[in-house]
Amino acid sequence: MGWTGKVLRVDLTKGTCAPEDLNREWADQYMGQRGLASKYLAEEMDPKTDPLSPDNKMIFATGPLTGTCASTGGRYSVITKGPLTGAIACSNSGGYWGAELKFAGWDMIILEGKSKKPVYLCITDDKAELLDASEIWGKSVWDTDAWIKTRHQDPQMHVSGIGIAGENGVLFSCIINDLHRAAGRSGVGAVMGSKNLKAIAVRGTGGVKVDDFPAFLAATSAAKEVLAGNAVTGEGLPTFGTQVLMNVINEAGALPTRNTRDVQFDGAHDISAEAMAEPSGKNGKPNLLANQACFGCTIACGRISKVNEEHYTVQNKPEYWHASGGLEYEAAWALGAATGVNDLDALTYANFICNEQGIDPISFGATVGAAMEMYEDGTLTDKDTGGLKLKFGSAEALTTAVELTGKAEGFGAELGLGSKRLCDKYGKPELSMTVKGQEFPAYDPRGIQGMGLTYATSNRGACHLRSYTVSSEILGIPEKTDPLVTDGKADLVKAFQDATAAVDSSGLCVFTTFAWTLEDIAPQVDGALPGNWSVDKLLEVGERIWNLERQFNLQAGFTAKDDNLPKRLLKDAAKTGPAKGLVSGLKKMLPEYYAARGWTKEGVPTNETLSRLAL
Amino acid sequence: MQMALVIDAGKCTGCKQCELACSYVKEGEFNPAKSRIRVFDFHQDARFVPYTCTQCDEAWCQQACPVNAITTNERGVKEVHDSLCVGCKVCTIACPFGTVNYNASTGKVIKCDECGGDPACVKACPTEAIVFMDVEQAGFDKMRQWAAKTDNAASAGQ
Repeated sequence: MGWTGKVLRVDLTKGTCAPEDLNREWADQYMGQRGLASKYLAEEMDPKTDPLSPDNKMIFATGPLTGTCASTGGRYSVITKGPLTGAIACSNSGGYWGAELKFAGWDMIILEGKSKKPVYLCITDDKAELLDASEIWGKSVWDTDAWIKTRHQDPQMHVSGIGIAGENGVLFSCIINDLHRAAGRSGVGAVMGSKNLKAIAVRGTGGVKVDDFPAFLAATSAAKEVLAGNAVTGEGLPTFGTQVLMNVINEAGALPTRNTRDVQFDGAHDISAEAMAEPSGKNGKPNLLANQACFGCTIACGRISKVNEEHYTVQNKPEYWHASGGLEYEAAWALGAATGVNDLDALTYANFICNEQGIDPISFGATVGAAMEMYEDGTLTDKDTGGLKLKFGSAEALTTAVELTGKAEGFGAELGLGSKRLCDKYGKPELSMTVKGQEFPAYDPRGIQGMGLTYATSNRGACHLRSYTVSSEILGIPEKTDPLVTDGKADLVKAFQDATAAVDSSGLCVFTTFAWTLEDIAPQVDGALPGNWSVDKLLEVGERIWNLERQFNLQAGFTAKDDNLPKRLLKDAAKTGPAKGLVSGLKKMLPEYYAARGWTKEGVPTNETLSRLAL
Repeated sequence: MQMALVIDAGKCTGCKQCELACSYVKEGEFNPAKSRIRVFDFHQDARFVPYTCTQCDEAWCQQACPVNAITTNERGVKEVHDSLCVGCKVCTIACPFGTVNYNASTGKVIKCDECGGDPACVKACPTEAIVFMDVEQAGFDKMRQWAAKTDNAASAGQ
């Protein structure tokens, strides 16, 4: 009922697959997906574990609404200890794979140990087996997907796996399912690679049931109406995708540009949603061909794009002339504004390669941006880069770098370390735009103050998806706050963090929260699950998850010192736009946040807080 | 008036809400594998195409059935009678479009029956890629679109 009640435990060292019952007590406290898998990880593994050792565990987890008719009910998350950060990692993906796992009858898969040889996990309903992957080791995500479907003569299989980046230990490699949907951040792909696990193929022919069908159908139908009638989810996202933000954030003076030296990018329009829709090239077709929904999603923000066949990147590579996953906002920012590149086709090609080889475009683009700054200031020489001329604005440098990074060849092997390790290595740690080792995304904390606190306190390192205060500060959802002030942001960030942790544990997509509040979400969860799932319970579950993740990180060795931002954001004022003259007010917000959370001044949850949350 | 499911693949986003609605109505659970309508993803061409039974007038499935388990109702819809179906699957071979399929868990064949005149897939589709309309007017909107492209000025000048 919502949950299938079954967990698949795979011991890669022994080569065994065994079913076990879902821990219902934990499920009631943590709901599913992000929360429940984090509970399993925290209970079963020492947080000090080396992320790339066989002792690290990896959990692919669905939520109770995954595989149902709830709009966006197709999500799954990968929970593990992240090699990029050393913190708990939880990367969330859409597409169709998560729902398929549910139809096969499983709530989650727990992977442990390390296989001696490359293998892939093949799940057909209740049958699960580890199969030889020697023929696909070294192949791309796309070739692996095709190979597995051909080998099993089943085009209805869904595949989640790594490309060569994950095999090569690129520290920001990701896991890709359905060709271009990504469990993107924190290097979860490298963990999979370290276990010699190439992919998980799933085919499910069973059904998903919910606890109370009439209540569930009424709640999901009402919620779909809300999405359809909302300007962002009903119109902005389907038409423009998340790229609707490019010009908006640029005008707000919060578009981190050229490794965050600036907050506005003169080439923003060239890489925006509007540009994607403009006719380009000789055939006059736009970059954007169609929008795509993930499983069950009635928003459909996904972009299906094509690189112009005459563009230098693909001119002699007809294998890239087809349509595939196009640019979403974070990728367009990282590959474009962070590197100063305004060539839309080059960005689209780089995005294709990221999907094909399993690379997180946010961390990759931000790392290239940091390398470009070191190249321009003379820290990096042609000798270091193997002749790669890493100048801001160079599309050729970007597209060559992405090819080299997946292969871990030449300077690509150094880029694959991520910006923190790269900048440390060359003696310029201050040039790395990271928190807890993870590159931050497409919002400058000087122009959107809440995002500074968001990045600093995110449990998986800098991230926009842990508390997207952009909603409130820029878009006015659920209510408008001033992006340039720090007042009230501690409470705002906490509220977003807790609500998002609940959404990420349900099987729903966080993008629904442009339109939905927990008032829309709670009845859907309540209809799917036994028990009483009120708004208050969701908030309690969310807060419990947040503190559990925090405890994991504290035990892993993080301290309040790690709740910080790069010096550039704290010392160098924004040069242009509405935030001109401002730095991040993190120092003011952080103590307020610790207090709001019920944590000590050292950022440690108090005993009262822990017992209130039954931790 | 005879109604029909009319599909405009250009509006489909691949969300599969139609499959979820269909399987819920027919199987009492969310199970795309048992949906009578399926969405196909021609990924490299950026196309999604929902596909289901067109309710042929002279239905090959019906003519092939050796036990007359498939009948035509008053709306022209071909219905499978589980009490008569023996699971021989000959209809699944006879159908040129693949829209009649065997359900191993019941030993019967399944196909679209337009939900008794109120198709669940239509209500579930968020983009109106699937609509239920007078079959004789199914081409009207398409004709209108082409008519709009007719260059009246050119013919008036002759």
